[in-house]
Amino acid sequence: MGGRPSDDEAQRGARPAEAPADADQTLVDRAREGDEGAYVALLGRHHRAVVRVARAYVKTDASAEEIAQETWLAVLSGIEAFEGRSAFRTWLLRIVANLGRRRGTREGRSVPMSALARDDEDAGPIVEPSRFLEGDPRWSGHWLTPPAPLDAEAALLHEETRALVATAIEALPEQQRLVITLRDVQELSAEEACVILGISEGNQRVLLHRARGKVRAALEAHLELQR
Amino acid sequence: MSAILPDFLTCREAVGLCTDYLEGAMAPEQRSHFEEHLVTCRGCTAFFEQVRASRTVAASLREEPALAPAELAPMLSAFRAFQASRRKEQG
Repeated sequence: MGGRPSDDEAQRGARPAEAPADADQTLVDRAREGDEGAYVALLGRHHRAVVRVARAYVKTDASAEEIAQETWLAVLSGIEAFEGRSAFRTWLLRIVANLGRRRGTREGRSVPMSALARDDEDAGPIVEPSRFLEGDPRWSGHWLTPPAPLDAEAALLHEETRALVATAIEALPEQQRLVITLRDVQELSAEEACVILGISEGNQRVLLHRARGKVRAALEAHLELQR
Repeated sequence: MSAILPDFLTCREAVGLCTDYLEGAMAPEQRSHFEEHLVTCRGCTAFFEQVRASRTVAASLREEPALAPAELAPMLSAFRAFQASRRKEQG
């Protein structure tokens, strides 16, 4: 960053994350003026993400849809006051997180904030200890049963594999599920995920590490079966 | 496994550090130890490929069809009602 002005265009091209935020701001400004098309465009850009994040807090698709509707109502009443100090998407997903937490606590899926530490107790290693050598002076801690290299033809994007990963994410403890949903499904930055969830960068990284560890293990088991 | 693994990082440690590495949360020296380990260890390389693969699959879950008019309808009527009440207030 801090490049010469002539680099601006090239930089914008290399960092596509900036352009959508600008586009959002334009749409927000127009929707605020009553432009229905702009509002529909905002819905098109973000509604699926709203539902997906909401779903991480509750047990059913129907509850997630309800949270999504409540979120968009909150957007309507808050849009006048939205000053654009954060990106629209961050603001929107913070609303989802607040509503989701409240609703999830009521429905018994989400744990209250005071109990969030419980996720941290899930602190085991992300790979079974028995897969590493023990007691060898030179090779202790190295693989005994290493993962197999990925088959070039591994059908990663087959529906079956996608369903398996979706199920593995669904089975995670709430905080891990939220972090991996924001980071790996929605591909948001660590900073944005931290702001949305109100957690520290370090906590976010620990949760992501455990979540990815479990999803990888599920994928490995699935690929082994296919061999 | 390779016979030229650096002594200071075991596979177990490397696996434990994978997210720090991917998140760019490592000191430069630790990072180079980690990378040295990775280039000499097929097991950890395969582990890493699997982590990357699961991220690729996770990101693919985002691919969904555009919103159907029926899905839009409740939000759109809320928008219209909101605009109408605002016009009335200003009215």
